Amino acid sequence: MGLDVSSHLHPVGSFDLADHPVPNGREEVWRFTPLKRLRGLHDEAVLTGTDFDVKVEAPEGVVAHSVPSAGSERGASGFVPTDRVSARVWQSAADVFTVEVPAEAELSDPVFVTFTGHGTAEAVAGQLLVKVGAHATATLVLRFQGSATFADNVEIVLGDGARLTYVTLQDWADDAVHHSTQHALVGRDASLKHVAVTFGGDVVRHDVTATYAGPGGDIEMLGLYFADAGQHIEHRLFVDHNAPKTRSHVTYKGALQGQGAHTVWIGNVLIRKEAEGIETYEENRNLVLTDGCQADSVPNLEIETGEIEGAGHASATGRFDDEQLFYLRSRGIEEKEARRLVVHGFFNDLIRRIAVPELEEQLAATVEAELSKNVLRDASSLGSSATMVKED
Amino acid sequence: MSTLEIKDLHVTVDAEKDTGDGTGHKEILKGVTLTVKSGETHAIMGPNGSGKSTLAYSVAGHPKYTITGGSVTLDGNDVLAMTVDERARAGLFLAMQYPVEVPGVSVSNFLRTAKTAIDGEAPKLRTWVKDVNATLDALNLDATFGQRSVNEGFSGGEKKRHEIAQMELLDPGMAILDETDSGLDIDALKIVSEGVNRFRAKEDKAVLLITHYTRILRYIQPDFVHVFVNGRIADEGGPELAEELEASGYDKYVKAAAV
Repeated sequence: MGLDVSSHLHPVGSFDLADHPVPNGREEVWRFTPLKRLRGLHDEAVLTGTDFDVKVEAPEGVVAHSVPSAGSERGASGFVPTDRVSARVWQSAADVFTVEVPAEAELSDPVFVTFTGHGTAEAVAGQLLVKVGAHATATLVLRFQGSATFADNVEIVLGDGARLTYVTLQDWADDAVHHSTQHALVGRDASLKHVAVTFGGDVVRHDVTATYAGPGGDIEMLGLYFADAGQHIEHRLFVDHNAPKTRSHVTYKGALQGQGAHTVWIGNVLIRKEAEGIETYEENRNLVLTDGCQADSVPNLEIETGEIEGAGHASATGRFDDEQLFYLRSRGIEEKEARRLVVHGFFNDLIRRIAVPELEEQLAATVEAELSKNVLRDASSLGSSATMVKED
Repeated sequence: MSTLEIKDLHVTVDAEKDTGDGTGHKEILKGVTLTVKSGETHAIMGPNGSGKSTLAYSVAGHPKYTITGGSVTLDGNDVLAMTVDERARAGLFLAMQYPVEVPGVSVSNFLRTAKTAIDGEAPKLRTWVKDVNATLDALNLDATFGQRSVNEGFSGGEKKRHEIAQMELLDPGMAILDETDSGLDIDALKIVSEGVNRFRAKEDKAVLLITHYTRILRYIQPDFVHVFVNGRIADEGGPELAEELEASGYDKYVKAAAV
């Protein structure tokens, strides 16, 4: 058995686990992932662990509660599992954590949902459904911390004209494994800002897909990641332009440091025949701070109509730019400080675009903490040759 | 008072093409000797490819260049033994021909960080902000300039004016200006020249002005003119030498060097 994967950009999904054989790692969608380190999430691991807690801070008017899977509205985004992990989550998870923002509500503060794991031994399955009613405006910040072996399915449904900033912050302990499958349905003239920030975890693999329920929708996907020695951080994105006059803009930026740090960014965009007048741009930039790192970056654009406003992508992976460092140092700035400035600068505009004031300071501080692990500790051991890979 | 002494300086660069001698290095400077003292303005003039910029970048410590012979000292201290940032803190400044973009780092943050590094302590906030604004204003750079990322999206003229602003604010003893005049229209050239003249008017400042054209020398009067050809100083004189070059060009030097 197996799914129709004539184009891996839009496979036909299935709720039946039998349609999802255990991957062997040679499949296109799994070829970058260290399956052995997934602790069986893709195979047979029992997903009934309960060693975690969830804290919710929600402003007035927001309904946030657990609903048994059977009586829930899961599937409302049109989500159908296309891989074994998400199909297993669908089968195993008893509840759906549901966050609902009523139509036309304007939330004064973000909704914070904090998931804290207390161990990796028992794998946990989670489901989240976020519904933002028509013309409502909301910010939801999902924070993951602690130790866990965690697989979740997330559905985001935006009504017409709704605006949601959705932040998923992976601040895991070093031993966490997190596989996340997320699907968003963006209503007519609605706008979704989807932000993924990944610092922690041993293996983090996020598969995010988004599509439109009508014309005029806007999707912005922003990502910031920092991989340390031995860490695998994988972001797989797919925007399905299935409606006219829609827009998508993807910017992911990452830094890598330490032996075996591995990041993967897959940026897929499909422009369907009916998606006339759309505009899309995706870019991924990686800054390699030390030897021994690997950054894979694969943008992919499939275009079925030429009647569009614009479509493009860019991908670049480089080391510290010698010319930048020389320029800063020629003004008296010491090498370590110069490197610090360059890395902060690399992430700064992205942090500004996330535009969640409650997070801004924390993100800058986390970048600083990551830097102190390596770049600021021993600048002299770093390679200085400039390499730049550009695709277009 | 400070004195920059360059003696018999030989410099090679990692060649992009085979140099034919099996070394992979190309010699650009072939024995340059030059002394610049406080209060003096020297102009180095020469055709493209003569090694003028190499001289500037070698003194500043760009990693692309290898010093194979000679010495550079500032008040007797060995400049070549210093790191790039130590040279700046010792009082050397290089206004670059092609200033580098540093995305995400604001001009104001950059200036403050550099000033703190040069002085060894953070500048007093109130006077510093005033100084920065006055300096930018004098160079016709508007108030929002400080919020922009360093050199990113700057026009050619803005880049050069930003270099001069740094020179004025960091206040080095010895400023090397590498083709600061190139690519400027006449208005921008005047603004930049005024900045350089403000700097020169302060006590104990030395300027080494590298240029291809005589145009900027109408606004910045040099005390000494050196003609640079094929990695060496081919001729030296006072300001009158610049006028001579204006009339006759570099041809006779280039021909002489080729023999």
